[in-house]
Amino acid sequence: MSAFTTPILNYSLLLPILIVLGGALIGVMLEAFASRKIRPIAQLSITFGTLILALVQVWRIRHQSSLTAAMGSVAIDGASILAQGSVLLIAILGVALIADQEHFTALAASLPGSSEERESIQSGEQLTEIYPLTLFAVAGMLLFPASNDLITLFVALEMLSLPLYLMAGLSRRRRLLSQESALKYFLLGAFSSAFFLFGAAYLYGYSGSVSFAGIREAVIGGSGNDVFLLMGIAFLSIGLLFKVGAVPFHAWTPDVYQGAPTPVTAFMAAATKVAAFGAMLRIFYTALANAYWDWRPVMTTIAIITMLFGSFVAIAQRDVKRMLAYSSIAHAGFLLIGVIALNKAGLDASIFYLLAYGVTTIGAFGVVTLVRDSTGEVTDLKRWAGLGKRSPFAATLFAAFLLAFAGIPMTSGFIGKFSIFSAAYESGNHAIVIVGVLSSAIAAYFYIRVIVVMFFNDPVEDGTTVVIPSILTRFAVTTAFAVTIFLGVFPAPVLNFITSTALLLR
Amino acid sequence: MNWLTMLMLLPLVGAGVVATLPKSNSAIARNAALATTIIVAGATIAMAIQFQRDNVDMQFTESYSWIPTFGIKYAVGVDAIALVLILLSVLLAPIVILAGWNEALGGRWSAKTFYILILVLETMMIGVFAATDVFLFYVFFEAMLVPVYFLIGGYGTGQRSAAAVKFLLYSLFGGLLMLVSIIALYVLSGEQGGHTFDTAALSHLKMSSMTQNLFFLGFFIAFAIKAPVWPFHTWLPDAAAAATPGTSVLLLGVLDKVGTFGMIRYCLTLFPDATKTFTPVILVLAVISIIYGAFLAIGQTDLKRLIAFTSISHFGFITMGIFAMTSQGHSGATLYMFNHGFSTAALFLVAGWMISRRGSSKIADFGGLQRVTPVMAWMFFFAGMSSLALPGLSSFVSEFLVLVGTYTRYPVAAVIGTLGIVMAALYILIPIQRALHGPVMPGNEALSDLNLREKIAIAPVVAVIVGLGFYPSPLLNVINPGAVHTISQAGYSDPLPQIDAKVGK
Repeated sequence: MSAFTTPILNYSLLLPILIVLGGALIGVMLEAFASRKIRPIAQLSITFGTLILALVQVWRIRHQSSLTAAMGSVAIDGASILAQGSVLLIAILGVALIADQEHFTALAASLPGSSEERESIQSGEQLTEIYPLTLFAVAGMLLFPASNDLITLFVALEMLSLPLYLMAGLSRRRRLLSQESALKYFLLGAFSSAFFLFGAAYLYGYSGSVSFAGIREAVIGGSGNDVFLLMGIAFLSIGLLFKVGAVPFHAWTPDVYQGAPTPVTAFMAAATKVAAFGAMLRIFYTALANAYWDWRPVMTTIAIITMLFGSFVAIAQRDVKRMLAYSSIAHAGFLLIGVIALNKAGLDASIFYLLAYGVTTIGAFGVVTLVRDSTGEVTDLKRWAGLGKRSPFAATLFAAFLLAFAGIPMTSGFIGKFSIFSAAYESGNHAIVIVGVLSSAIAAYFYIRVIVVMFFNDPVEDGTTVVIPSILTRFAVTTAFAVTIFLGVFPAPVLNFITSTALLLR
Repeated sequence: MNWLTMLMLLPLVGAGVVATLPKSNSAIARNAALATTIIVAGATIAMAIQFQRDNVDMQFTESYSWIPTFGIKYAVGVDAIALVLILLSVLLAPIVILAGWNEALGGRWSAKTFYILILVLETMMIGVFAATDVFLFYVFFEAMLVPVYFLIGGYGTGQRSAAAVKFLLYSLFGGLLMLVSIIALYVLSGEQGGHTFDTAALSHLKMSSMTQNLFFLGFFIAFAIKAPVWPFHTWLPDAAAAATPGTSVLLLGVLDKVGTFGMIRYCLTLFPDATKTFTPVILVLAVISIIYGAFLAIGQTDLKRLIAFTSISHFGFITMGIFAMTSQGHSGATLYMFNHGFSTAALFLVAGWMISRRGSSKIADFGGLQRVTPVMAWMFFFAGMSSLALPGLSSFVSEFLVLVGTYTRYPVAAVIGTLGIVMAALYILIPIQRALHGPVMPGNEALSDLNLREKIAIAPVVAVIVGLGFYPSPLLNVINPGAVHTISQAGYSDPLPQIDAKVGK
């Protein structure tokens, strides 16, 4: 028996994750021990502080790229640093939306409609467990794209998913819908996790290794049992595709997006995509890169179906949040194009797209949180009629976000689409570019329809108002707007940084 | 001096100034916008004077790196065609504001927003013609849809939001097809020496004929929708009928020219072989546009839709002139673009005045205007004559050149196209007869004639139409060298005249 050796962890590289986890634990303590008065503000400052600290640490280690930490199970390379940076940036904006406690139930444990619930509302009590939950999810999202073996990948997946399941059920209004969506998300998520594990087991069976490097070697060597490899790829992909909401694993998306409190939807839609696509890029660009003949055709098909399905079904939506959910499905399809491209340009393009899309998503949902009537948010598109007249500011910002989703030039969405399409074209996959472009055209229709409703339809008199945003919401939405435009007009610095940084450790 | 950048910045500065003005006072916003457009027009003329007309290279060029990751440059410059179209844009802008003095008031939003949109649009109109980087061109090509969309949907009449959406979706769809071609060119340029979007560099790419054909189609369909060429035209009558007269002038007069301009600048120079392949098909489409547009114009009962259909016919002539591949055809087409801008402006502005006075755009609601409002009636008559290319007016010169230029290479197309002229007489004279002559229709007795402002607005249009009709050479001298150059670049030379020996005897 060999002597026990202490694992070398490389703490400085893990520090961003550890900071966030530490912050989350402090949050839990605060929730238990701090008085009701100081709790909200304390939680908020701890959360922001943690995220900013972690971001600073990510920035500090940006040049120490291409190292592994924790005995090779975490890869800190350019790609993971960029993904982590994007997750943290998006999380900061997301928390700014979450800070509006108006959206969250006062006492999540109380039954909807019970006297207990009424009392908790009347007494003004407000639990703030959402903050530590967010931080736990962020920690998982930081680890996910950096995971360098299947075990870490699974741990990270669960770490980011479990808090999200809970967060989806915390809505103050329409609590049953919210809880239903949480349960749905949890059940389907658990199911997909099982698939994921199943796939991981097959890949281990194929290669005799859980590390990506080991799997890569086995694939290059080509000596293993191909059936195991194929099943491994298939099941692992199901788990990942579920997280990004690709068709046919998308069924949860509209319900969860609609049921969850809107700030959570914003955070989830934006940050989960970054983390999950970050992980996907790593797996498919490193471990499975040489098996591309096996997965590329299937992934191409899935990307095509996802883009077309998302765009077509979004047209029929009458609810803003559901429409944005289907739009996010379509965007998952666009992002898959970047995964399939399997070249450096595809990696760069995907990372840029993720950042651009994430920020725009936060902004769009941020505006949704503002449109309310006496019973809470109004997400019925019909009642958004004439918003441009009542609140030109909110409507204009929302229109800008929609145009960015549609990929109109001068917005970040256009640069993102252009870079992803050109990467795919460079890889020789011409057909998918054409489908991508066609679905962009279809998608443009429903984005524009919302603009028509807001600006060209006459307002309906039903008490829908745009509330005056809190400072933090205002911060989130205007920052998202500024970033969306900036990345569309002067993308050069960010693109340069991504191109020079984005490398995957093999 | 960075002329072109300055020209593009001026309207933006103006828009910024307008944005700071109070919302309640629409007059001051309008005056600021008018002043801005006049300054821009003056600056453009100052630039145009320095244009060296015998130099076929791009002039006033500027080039800065914009997105180095993709080799994208902010690169601008003008040749003769671009200069002519920029001149057209900046000259029409103040006329449109002056003529549509009150048209911003009937919209959903304040007049201030209207003028901001107009000024932003002016920047983009200059940019789209000045861009020499394909990516930059695409950015302007797509981004300019947004202000037009809001101008139609926010300030138009009737089915304005439906028309705006139709306009936007059609154009976006075409633009996205072009995007595929642009991406393909970009990737190809990377394989052949280095990623670039420079138009001149891209024209040296080696492509198989199949690739070239596909890329050509990507560009051409986008431009055919924009122009519009039959059968991609269906958005135009709706958009033109719903928009305010001023917006329609910019839409038909300038924006649609981006389509025909793009055909010359991009289709012909980037894909000369594919151009050869597709020329017969495109000529057929052009001839169909001429006849179809004219035919439908005859049947229109709505004044604005009538003008829109006449434009489809005119765009058929322009497209025919471009793809006839003779220097005369090309010069004619370019001149046609300029002249059509002014004759459409005249038609639309006078029609707009008639419609706003009468409160209806139905031709049947007018009648006897000659007696009630003689000046307005004469102006409409004049605009109509310009549209049907009466000799002595500018459009005659360009239409004649297009037909002559086409005849030397494609006599059949030219002969059928000539039918369009005959039909033009019908679609112009019928509404003139119904609206201007005959007994005064009830409801028209108290219509007021043109006021001083309106006369001032229409005066430069009349001057340009008459002036260029009698003396087109200032403009033709600028256009001709460029046209000859484009033709030779596309691998053509003018066919020698073939005179039948027997006739000579």
